[in-house]
Amino acid sequence: MDYALAVLVGLFIALGVYLLLSRSIIRMLLGVTIFGNGVNLLIFTAGRLTREVAPIVPAGLDQPAGPIANPLPQALILTAIVIGFAMFSFLLVLAYRAYQELDADNTDTMRLAEPEDAPRPPLSY
Amino acid sequence: MDHLALPTAMIETPTVLADWVIVLPLVLALLGAALLLMLRQIRHVPALIAGLVVIAIIACEVALLQRIAVEGPLSMTMGKWLPPFGISFTADIFGAGFALAAALVTLIVIIYAEGERGPDERGDGFHALVLLLLAGVTGAFLTGDLFNLYVWFEVMLIASFGLIVTGGRPLQLDGAVKYGFLNFLATTLFLLSLGLIYGLLGTLNMADIIGKATTANPAALTGIAALLLLAFGMKAAAFPLNAWLPASYHTPPAVISALFAGLLTKVGVYALLRALVQLLPASRDILEPALLLVAIATLLIAPLGAIAETNLRRAIGFLVIGGIGAVLAGIALPSEGGVAGAALYVFHAILTMTALYLVAGLIERRTGQRDTRLMGGLYAASTPLSVLFLVLVLATAGVPPFLGFWPKLLLLDAGLQQALAGDWADGVLVLALLANAVLTLIAGSRLWAHVFWRSGAEGASEHETITLRTPGAREQWFGLGASVVLTALIVLAGLWPNLLFEGARTGAADLVDPARYIAAVGLAEATP
Repeated sequence: MDYALAVLVGLFIALGVYLLLSRSIIRMLLGVTIFGNGVNLLIFTAGRLTREVAPIVPAGLDQPAGPIANPLPQALILTAIVIGFAMFSFLLVLAYRAYQELDADNTDTMRLAEPEDAPRPPLSY
Repeated sequence: MDHLALPTAMIETPTVLADWVIVLPLVLALLGAALLLMLRQIRHVPALIAGLVVIAIIACEVALLQRIAVEGPLSMTMGKWLPPFGISFTADIFGAGFALAAALVTLIVIIYAEGERGPDERGDGFHALVLLLLAGVTGAFLTGDLFNLYVWFEVMLIASFGLIVTGGRPLQLDGAVKYGFLNFLATTLFLLSLGLIYGLLGTLNMADIIGKATTANPAALTGIAALLLLAFGMKAAAFPLNAWLPASYHTPPAVISALFAGLLTKVGVYALLRALVQLLPASRDILEPALLLVAIATLLIAPLGAIAETNLRRAIGFLVIGGIGAVLAGIALPSEGGVAGAALYVFHAILTMTALYLVAGLIERRTGQRDTRLMGGLYAASTPLSVLFLVLVLATAGVPPFLGFWPKLLLLDAGLQQALAGDWADGVLVLALLANAVLTLIAGSRLWAHVFWRSGAEGASEHETITLRTPGAREQWFGLGASVVLTALIVLAGLWPNLLFEGARTGAADLVDPARYIAAVGLAEATP
């Protein structure tokens, strides 16, 4: 199971990187999200997958009776998902605003901050 | 019930009241940001509250530094779970010192902003976002847990997203797209390496990682360290991952650029220092050739970029990257002196780069231009401004007696020792550091000559004087006043650097030999 998930993580990240290499901002957004989900899956796998029971200590005991599932990765991933979603929504709005203001979805044509015909450096001291 | 058979996992006693000083700066910043969000529409009040909150944070951090100087690193663990299960906040001299510098710079920026912000900008949440940014930066400096570090990175990132688009001009949106995507990708890469560390070592507590990393598979660990270098190098704008910085730092108002230049990239190099020197020193040794290459390239290429640039704030952006190269040089040197030099440089860069952008903002307001080709003759109009800019340029290049000289001295000393011991690559690094100083001096003094010394714009005749805006009294008092105070601080720190030297040496010793750090968290007996 770990191996299958490891391959899946690899696929997610490869797809994310591929989309990030695109010039279109919407594709890049999708790429970032898929990349982020690949990372979440990786943390989940890194916490070791088991078919064991939920990590609840039975009443009357001080520690769980047998092996239990690792509860920490879920906490980590939940945090990462929330943060990733916030970032995604910001970038989505930003992309929309940039489309409105700059009339560009293509990063090649977004040259306001770095003009294409940049002036030559001054020659005087 | 066999209570005795179980190892204790809970903290039974309440945290000592004095230890709260470790998290108090964060609590204050977050509460202040929440409060300011509610009060943002009221006139004058947000700036006042933000200023008072930052002053309280500075007081806390001074108290924290005093305790660390006496007792060594301090730690506090959340949620009653003993480390490594609870989330630890561990402050050593570097963390607390950088947090103090960041808070100082934030206070100056809040004062400066009073001169720059007009009535139509009221209610945009600027002060709340500044405090949120400070919270993220302070958290990153003080935390003792890798996942927590990631969370603070994201707090910092979302606050800086808000700040960079404040005003929403098309230029800013363009810069924000590049800044946003690349920085979010960098933190995601950090999360990726963090997941791998957890899978390999089973812990995310920094002190615990130090102990467990010694017995882990070195090949896997070095792979993770390389990923961390990629992620933090991107955040720090090290060559070749520096493209986002000159594309975005000049787009927001100057006061926001100044805050970014002082805080954001410095957190990136601080994380690199912590992760490679303290947490994974064995992997750092393996990665040393890569680090050397990155440091040398950053040192040389950044000031060349500044020389070729005509946009004033973009040129200063390249100088910021050059500073990152100097810190990387310290990380690439395997000695304690190099680490001390790198840390001292971070402290210097937090103050100096902010001051440079603040003065650049004043210049832009006086001339009404962003391009140095259209500026000139400012020397006759404003002598204080020209003196400030020259002092800051000299400080950036590392000319004695300004603050920038001392870390460079430590770095050169550490590099020369390695070079004399027969390591030719470190000899090249020393040459690169020297070349960086000369090139930065050329870039900075050219900017100074173009903006201040030349009588008019480029190509204009001798007698053609440039039209300058006369500054309002408010702008003069708040803007120039704040810049003068920060520059005076840099000059004074350069003239009396003994305290900083002592702090850098103690901090470097703790980073290279983390015994005191681990003991502070309370894991000394757990490590074999």
